[in-house]
Amino acid sequence: MSGFSVTEPSKRQKWFAGLLVITYAVVTLLPLLWIIATGFKSPADSISYPPKVLFEPTLEGYVNLFSTRTRITPSMRETLVEPTTWYEQIARDSGTVIAGPSRYGQRFLNSVIIGFGSTFLSIFFGTLAAYAFSRFKVPIKEDLLFFILSTRMMPPIAVAIPIFLMFRQLGLNDTQLGMILLYTAVNLSLSVWLLKGFIDEIPLEYEEAALIDGYTRFQAFYKVVLPQAATGIASTAIFCLIFAWNEYAFAVLLTSGTAQTAPPFIPTIIGIGGQDWPAVAAGATIFLIPVMIFTILLRKHLLSGITFGAVRK
Amino acid sequence: MAEVSLQNVSKSFGDQVALENVTMTVPDGSFVVLLGPTGAGKTTILRMVSGLDKPDSGQILINGEDAASQSPAERNMAMVFQQYSLYPHLSVRQNLAFPLKSPMLRTPEDEIIRKVDAVAETLQISHKLDNKATELSGGEMQRVSIGRALVRKPQIFLMDEPLSSLDAKLRSDLRIELKRIQASLGATMLYVTHDQVEAMTMATHVGVLDHGKLVQFGSPREIYEDPVSIYSASRLGSPKINILPAEIFPGAPNGATSIGLRPEHISIGEGVEVKVGRVEHLGDQTRLHLKIGELDLMTLTDPHTKLTRGDTLSFLPRNPLYFDANGVRIKLGA
Repeated sequence: MSGFSVTEPSKRQKWFAGLLVITYAVVTLLPLLWIIATGFKSPADSISYPPKVLFEPTLEGYVNLFSTRTRITPSMRETLVEPTTWYEQIARDSGTVIAGPSRYGQRFLNSVIIGFGSTFLSIFFGTLAAYAFSRFKVPIKEDLLFFILSTRMMPPIAVAIPIFLMFRQLGLNDTQLGMILLYTAVNLSLSVWLLKGFIDEIPLEYEEAALIDGYTRFQAFYKVVLPQAATGIASTAIFCLIFAWNEYAFAVLLTSGTAQTAPPFIPTIIGIGGQDWPAVAAGATIFLIPVMIFTILLRKHLLSGITFGAVRK
Repeated sequence: MAEVSLQNVSKSFGDQVALENVTMTVPDGSFVVLLGPTGAGKTTILRMVSGLDKPDSGQILINGEDAASQSPAERNMAMVFQQYSLYPHLSVRQNLAFPLKSPMLRTPEDEIIRKVDAVAETLQISHKLDNKATELSGGEMQRVSIGRALVRKPQIFLMDEPLSSLDAKLRSDLRIELKRIQASLGATMLYVTHDQVEAMTMATHVGVLDHGKLVQFGSPREIYEDPVSIYSASRLGSPKINILPAEIFPGAPNGATSIGLRPEHISIGEGVEVKVGRVEHLGDQTRLHLKIGELDLMTLTDPHTKLTRGDTLSFLPRNPLYFDANGVRIKLGA
């Protein structure tokens, strides 16, 4: 027997591997579970010490997240009619009345529009550029590719001030369009490089066969190359979306009102009526959901995307 | 259907000369086979004619018209690639229907179904129509890609070693089938192969390529019986032509350094003495390996021969081919 064996690992090795994976999962999942749990705690439970692991779940955090409330005194409470809905009841029980909806819904929608909008554009332009770089004789191709990559060599926030001034000149400050363009610009270098790698792997013969079968270059690209690049496109899209979705620094700097995304908004909840950790946690929990769904939908592609090129099909 | 002609076509890839001044006409309805070893320029010619590559100089005429400005789609040709040719994201049926659905043809749905079923029947792949293209064996893939060419009626069929990955039985079936289809459609076919049996049995014309040059173009018989050089002569014939020093035998013409002997050029009885080496019984024929001193030579003999290793016999050449020091044929009486 040699030291390097490709046979089935022993029981002990399997146990050890399993233990490692479980440890890693616990370390990474614990904060996430903590946030989700905090969203269902009462404000008092959320800051209790020692921390409460078992608690009575309440939707107070979620009600607070989506509403603005006014504090009332017990004597005032006597004069009001009984609440008719479950969320008014929850607010009443914590000594407030709901004054109206909060801005969370709109900020969340901004995140969706800006996140998916910039992801779409990054993929759209990235695929076209990657195809051109992969298939055509582009003058000074290597230099262009290096230039595109070089835009990634500094943290994007390093150019925050010029971008801020530029946006002010162009009237893009605090607009959805501005944020979409910004995130697209930042993501484009990643998407061009990733997608070029994927498209390089697709043999030229498929397109040539399509050209001879009576299709134009663009139709061949659309009908033959794109479906085969689906794996690469899906994994690139996930990377782009995660960046645009989580981006905080530019969002703080460039948006404050109409185009503000959820990340800069969520911390501001703390200030409304004391330290409302359950509302913050509820905001964070809901914020996780779209990326989670997107990733789950594309997970099959993502996995084969990561190992792409490792195995000759 | 169409006639294709190449006029002084040259093509280089970097320093590599792929084609040098090739002039050749593929007549309407003919079956032209291009022969030559890897790197001789066979595939490059197919790609030029298809429009996938453009010649550096020279012209390609389709029905007498310069095709330089025509895209591959506009040339209306069908091509069978050597490899990688099936669309892996489509089923076999969708692969076969792909050319019919092109904007050039826009075939109605019911006609697509009819044509695809017919071609699948011919190529014995009907039972695989709903499989993914990637779930096929190599031979099945190759049949589907041949099917994708046969499913429409192009001006010309271009085939790049289409039968090379098939087993012997299927290969001979399809050889006959392809020839039948070509003849019944009256189609023009430009066909690349290494296999000399395919060349001999299917071709109306054979083009012999050597390092990008077309060294001989003619009927298979012509190339076989009247080759212009040792190179040309070695392309056809099984067993291969024997090339020996000319001085071994009497009667060599002036300037001849080599003599080329095919099995039918050897007349056993008297003359130069040879030793029998290996005797290979192939059933319908027997291959004899002979030795003249240090020189090897192979010929055919009676299937029921009694000869065994170590026997000696004598023979004389009969109407052999003579070549000069450069391997160029010396024609007697010319």
